[in-house]
Amino acid sequence: MELLLEVDHLQIAFQTDQGELISVDEVSFELGSGETIAIVGESGCGKSVTSLSIMGLLGTSGSVIQGEIRFNGSILTDCTENQLRRLRGSEISMIFQEPMTSLNPVIPIGEQIAETVRLHQNKSRKEAKAIAVDMLRKVGIPRPEAIIKEYPHALSGGMRQRVMIAMALICKPKLLIADEPTTALDVTIQAQILELMKQLQQESGAAILLVTHDLGVVAEMADQVIVMYAGQVVETADVFTLFRAPQHPYTQGLMKSIPRLDQHKKEQLFAIPGAVPSLKEIPSGCRFHPRCPLAVGRCEEEQPELISAADGHRVRCWMAGNTEQIFVNHTVEVTV
Amino acid sequence: MTRPELIDNKPIQAKESDPPNKPLLLQIERLQTYYPVRNGVFSNTVSHIKAVDDVSLSMYEGETIGLVGESGCGKSTIGRSILRLENPRSGRIIFDNEDITHYTQRQLKPVRTRMQMIFQDPYASLNPKIRIFDALAEPLIVHKLAERREVQRKVDSLLQLVGLPRSASNRYPHEFSGGQRQRIGIARAILCRPKLIVCDEPVSALDVSIQAQILNLLQDLQDELKLTYLFISHGIGAVKQISSRIAVMYLGKIVEVAEAEELFRNPRHPYTQLLLSTYPAPDPTLRTNKKMIIRGDVPSPAHPPSGCRFHTRCPYVQERCLKEEPVISEGHHTVACHYPLTL
Repeated sequence: MELLLEVDHLQIAFQTDQGELISVDEVSFELGSGETIAIVGESGCGKSVTSLSIMGLLGTSGSVIQGEIRFNGSILTDCTENQLRRLRGSEISMIFQEPMTSLNPVIPIGEQIAETVRLHQNKSRKEAKAIAVDMLRKVGIPRPEAIIKEYPHALSGGMRQRVMIAMALICKPKLLIADEPTTALDVTIQAQILELMKQLQQESGAAILLVTHDLGVVAEMADQVIVMYAGQVVETADVFTLFRAPQHPYTQGLMKSIPRLDQHKKEQLFAIPGAVPSLKEIPSGCRFHPRCPLAVGRCEEEQPELISAADGHRVRCWMAGNTEQIFVNHTVEVTV
Repeated sequence: MTRPELIDNKPIQAKESDPPNKPLLLQIERLQTYYPVRNGVFSNTVSHIKAVDDVSLSMYEGETIGLVGESGCGKSTIGRSILRLENPRSGRIIFDNEDITHYTQRQLKPVRTRMQMIFQDPYASLNPKIRIFDALAEPLIVHKLAERREVQRKVDSLLQLVGLPRSASNRYPHEFSGGQRQRIGIARAILCRPKLIVCDEPVSALDVSIQAQILNLLQDLQDELKLTYLFISHGIGAVKQISSRIAVMYLGKIVEVAEAEELFRNPRHPYTQLLLSTYPAPDPTLRTNKKMIIRGDVPSPAHPPSGCRFHTRCPYVQERCLKEEPVISEGHHTVACHYPLTL
């Protein structure tokens, strides 16, 4: 497997009224071509910011202040805006959560898709249109010849997301970044879109970076998983290892807090107490320690490194290796 | 569906979640709620969105009915119709032995202390300029549920009940996180000691770890205050966790009602089966190469398909389904399908 994307000790900061906020800290991962890696975490953990930084889309207030992003031989963090523009949409493309806000409401769908082709592949209007129709058919849109003349509002949420996927994949990118691609959709439509993404990945061999909060979607799609908490990677492993033997108390807690359909016993759900800290008040030491049932004195003072627990399985926890059984009989009282 | 029939159909296994031992709290009979579609210069009504079309449902005291379905299937409209936030076109709503279908606003006021609602986005349902104390005290005063000097104490105990610090009462909604705001939303709903709470997607906007906290809180409050919930959600996991019975909706109709465990073990409507199979399990070993997936989109509720409304997407569709509309069956596990699935 060929290495496609390398994120190396990434640190991202945003300038705000209250000064500089570090949104993402020490994030490193690698992605090979054809592989799917999922970044999972709760809101504010930095998963979207990480994915936006790869595209160079941090805006004016955000910047990479440390670390490197290497993609297919070039260093993205050193690229100029012009160089990045050439990559976006052709080599790397992105789909977002809400397709209605990322499609232009006053331009017909066909033109929006064809624009990408004409920009990157030097094709005529007519050729580009033919390619667009072809691509729409591939993503399962019925009557694509008629649909290209429609405006985004005329389509349902699922259809709009298909259009976004068509647009993202039309130049055969090597990397597709999908930021919560199915969160706004119904489960039935979510299943359709996930299946479509898998099928198109098999055909094109593109790598996928999937950003999601839904562990169900992760289990369905990912090869590798990165769990993020408060701007840091807390655990990373291949998907089977992570779900079979999660090591970090946060990962374990997350998994236990999802209702499962195959459990018959009616009992209370496990809930991680407290809430995700805001970036303004990141806890000292291990960032999870105020919510962690295992926290000891050391966790409060010293920040743990991401250490290797097993082959390819890395955890940021002082108790790594001793956390397996903690949540089995452990119940945390919810303040009621 | 009457109670003696329920007992007849289910002589064995009496679980504590079984409704027959409990009194009926809410009965919806053949409820229709339509929204007009207006068009033209004079805004004439040209057609109707049939959001809820001929739905019947009974709820017993102390139970939780989960109402699931895709967006636009009419599940929120049912909840809003029960509280008379929408005016039904026909049918009856009998709540606590009162037929409230045609009650005026004045008549509804005392009823509303007994039925409340929790919304998806508590930020949108709290006035940003009003302190939490005032937001919680107002209903107590309006409904004359507390003397003025008692109000402070009542608000404090309420905050404690939903797991918020006493200091919360002096703060404004924007100072709270999503989960805390939902706790405030819950506090406001339980304030008047209602019997029924309609929970409309109460955890859908929350983070995974917070969802579990709120679901647990709802369950604790139910035990403590003897509440009955109508739990509306598109999240099958949350519905499974909290419901004793589940009703599945499709395009304005209830297509299947069964006890939660039973529904998951033995879904009888093809739509239910497909809906359950599309839930992505948090377990990569259950990943299948070819899942059962519902093709296509939900048709428009303005022009629902003829016959069985699911026939356009049903994998088992037959000739009869196109012409004849199925009637919901009687008994303990009801299903509206000409050819229900068997084990």
